[in-house]
Amino acid sequence: MKKVFRPLVFAAVPLALMAATPVVAATLTIGLALEPTSMDPHFHNLAPNNAMRQHIFESLTQSDENQLTQPSLAVSWEPTGDTTWEFKLREGVTFSNGTPFTATDVIYSICRVPRVEGSPSSFTSFTRDIAGIEVPDETTIVFTTRAPSPLLPTNLASVAILSAEAFGGENVVFGADGCENAGTYPASTDFADPSVAVGTGPYKLVSFNPGDRITLTRNENYWGGDVEWENVILRGIPNPGARVAALLAEDVDVIETPPIQDFDQIRSRGFKIEQGLSNRVIYLHVDSGEAVPPGVSGTDGRNPFADVRVREAISKAINREAIIDRVMGGVAVAAGELLPWPLFGTSEDAEPDAFDPDRARELLAEAGFPDGFSVTLFTPNDRYINDERVAQAVAQMLARIGIRTSVDSMTASTFFSRRGQGDYGFWLAGWGAASGEMANPLLALTATRDTDAGTGLTNLQNYSNPELDALIAEARRTVDDDARRAILQRASKIAMDDYATIPLHFEVTPWAFKPNLSLTPRVDQYTLAMGITAAN
Amino acid sequence: MLVYLIRRIGQSILVVAVMATLVFLSIYAIGNPIDILASQDADQQELDAIARRLGLDRPMYEQFGIFVWNALQGDLGRSFVYARPAVEVILERMPATLELAFVALVFSILIGVPLGVIAGLKPDSFLGRSIMSTSILGFSLPNFWIGLMFILLFAVQLRWLPASGRGPVTEVLGLPLTFVTWEGLRHLILPAVTLSLYKASLVIRIAQAGTRDVMLQDYIRFARAKGLSHQRIVFVHVLKNMMIPVVTVLGLELGSMIAFAVVTESVFAYPGMGKLLIDSINRLDRPVIVAYLMMTVVIFVIINLVVDLLYAAIDPRVRLSEPKG
Repeated sequence: MKKVFRPLVFAAVPLALMAATPVVAATLTIGLALEPTSMDPHFHNLAPNNAMRQHIFESLTQSDENQLTQPSLAVSWEPTGDTTWEFKLREGVTFSNGTPFTATDVIYSICRVPRVEGSPSSFTSFTRDIAGIEVPDETTIVFTTRAPSPLLPTNLASVAILSAEAFGGENVVFGADGCENAGTYPASTDFADPSVAVGTGPYKLVSFNPGDRITLTRNENYWGGDVEWENVILRGIPNPGARVAALLAEDVDVIETPPIQDFDQIRSRGFKIEQGLSNRVIYLHVDSGEAVPPGVSGTDGRNPFADVRVREAISKAINREAIIDRVMGGVAVAAGELLPWPLFGTSEDAEPDAFDPDRARELLAEAGFPDGFSVTLFTPNDRYINDERVAQAVAQMLARIGIRTSVDSMTASTFFSRRGQGDYGFWLAGWGAASGEMANPLLALTATRDTDAGTGLTNLQNYSNPELDALIAEARRTVDDDARRAILQRASKIAMDDYATIPLHFEVTPWAFKPNLSLTPRVDQYTLAMGITAAN
Repeated sequence: MLVYLIRRIGQSILVVAVMATLVFLSIYAIGNPIDILASQDADQQELDAIARRLGLDRPMYEQFGIFVWNALQGDLGRSFVYARPAVEVILERMPATLELAFVALVFSILIGVPLGVIAGLKPDSFLGRSIMSTSILGFSLPNFWIGLMFILLFAVQLRWLPASGRGPVTEVLGLPLTFVTWEGLRHLILPAVTLSLYKASLVIRIAQAGTRDVMLQDYIRFARAKGLSHQRIVFVHVLKNMMIPVVTVLGLELGSMIAFAVVTESVFAYPGMGKLLIDSINRLDRPVIVAYLMMTVVIFVIINLVVDLLYAAIDPRVRLSEPKG
């Protein structure tokens, strides 16, 4: 794409025209990389759908641009015991069709979550903890959880609130094993109808044309005051070249994730680029089990990765700054933890491992591999930004300390299927912490794998550290925020010191947009019309 | 003619059956949809629930049996990501693609036939040679590159036409069309011209060869001897006879324009079936991929059948010789 664009662009750039860009119209058009597939906010737990629904539907809480939990339909909340949470509801909120928002709507919405027909990925994990709901008065709602659930307020930010009255669910009664009197739950496809897709959010649905566009209009009844845009149009343009062209031709006002290669050209035409740190860490995993893992040879029947000194040597052999500079075009941040500061549970002083090939060679020798060994590094080639090239760079750096590394790359769907089958001994992948706090990556990547208990689901590297497991479990049942943060910081330090996962860098998300706009980057990579304003 | 018809239809059904099997089995090689659909935080309980909801927990032969049984009743499954019948999802996008393909077809005939005939009548003239050498460009330049150059020139630099998308839809006789309004036509011009260039080049070359061939035939010489005007010879005798191969090829190419406008549709973010196919492959939305390929097969088979029949109608030798051979 880059080669195609350059010649014409430099041939004649009418920079003067840029100054004459018309005043912002009341309509905002956004070019999305991935199109939302349904208007049902409970249908598919997928980033584009979750971002889209926030325009129309709100939740009790919301996650801000740094993924910290903030009030939304609830004004405040506090734990009233180990397993109870009390939420105070916002007063004077109405749905876009005029019906008032009440506690019944919350109960109805939580009841519907597990009952969505044909859902390809449901929201049940966010509501599963809830064992009972009580409504002592009109503006108070009390949740009882099966076990201490410190993340309940965070989880509820993912549960969109529907209007019970719109679906005949006014008399719904909550039951942990199924609700009663809920009426007939609406089908997901019904939500393509604007009279069904009724929420409390700043925008209302006008039309949903799959493959083409989603049109929204301002909700005049919005409780949060003035809404910036009269109309918002969301268009799915998956092809990166077409997306950039649509912006340059001013068909759209904002685009998601322009390719790094096009940055110069976008800027030279007077458009702006905003970048924000994401919650996605790119990491290396090594199989640290007993047996020699697939792809490893020259080790006399020993698994080198079982020795923490070898894992440390790998980390120290990698020049993270060089990768960011040369492979990522400067658009990434070196990682010393699994989440970037200042997300919940991170430490400000967690530095990335320094590049020290001499120490790495010593460590290898101490571990009994003075001549190194051979290994295959597996990587997807279309999932993360420049993923295959990062893996190539890592392979070259490891070769310099004697770990002869070859790279095997493949398309994401094949990569993840094969990883699940245990085909790899050494691989590169990424993790975006949906909840934006440290318990999430620690639990998924470093806790001992137990699919029934739901721990270590992506720990396919046979890593197990009882001390770390105990801390993670403690954090998961500690309701007090300050205490939990301290535990998570300790757990993260232990995991990093033991190289339970070798972090490389955090991805940075770019947006490109017209010069008369301003945009707030979000850690969760969502593109929201609420975060885009006309700049002065 | 009847025997010919029955035989051709029998062959067509066989092709569809073989393709159904191949398509269904090969879709398993791409990957497991649950790996793509499920959230990364999903635990085993949730993964099992997804597999149950989407029918992916059954063994493959059982899934294939269900697919065949439903397909025979005209049901090609439900889209995983849209929760709607796959055929419905595809048909919804079909008018956009059909419109694009037909407009592109008209462009390629309007460009290709006159230029081809001119080049065929005067093969050694400067004009004839120029037309033929320019048509090589139409073949050799990749579609996406032409599309991007058009976008850069007409949308980004000159700002005459929009870079992407489809214009406002107007209902004409129940068909959702866009080319009837100026705004709709503006959106259609760039993708349609991009899609038509390759076909236009093809038409030029076939028309040129056909014209040269026909001009040497005895009946043309006879028509000249009879004293018919040059115009009448070209517009009646030459045009009619050289159109036979053009119709055959365009028939087949129409099929490929409808089914595989994939590249053009992605470059122009045009909401047709091609873009749907790419999106569905990225999401591993198996029912839509299978339904799409099955519908493509059916369209090709039907177009081939119609072309064969048309051909038989235009050229009596085909239907006369067929029963013997």
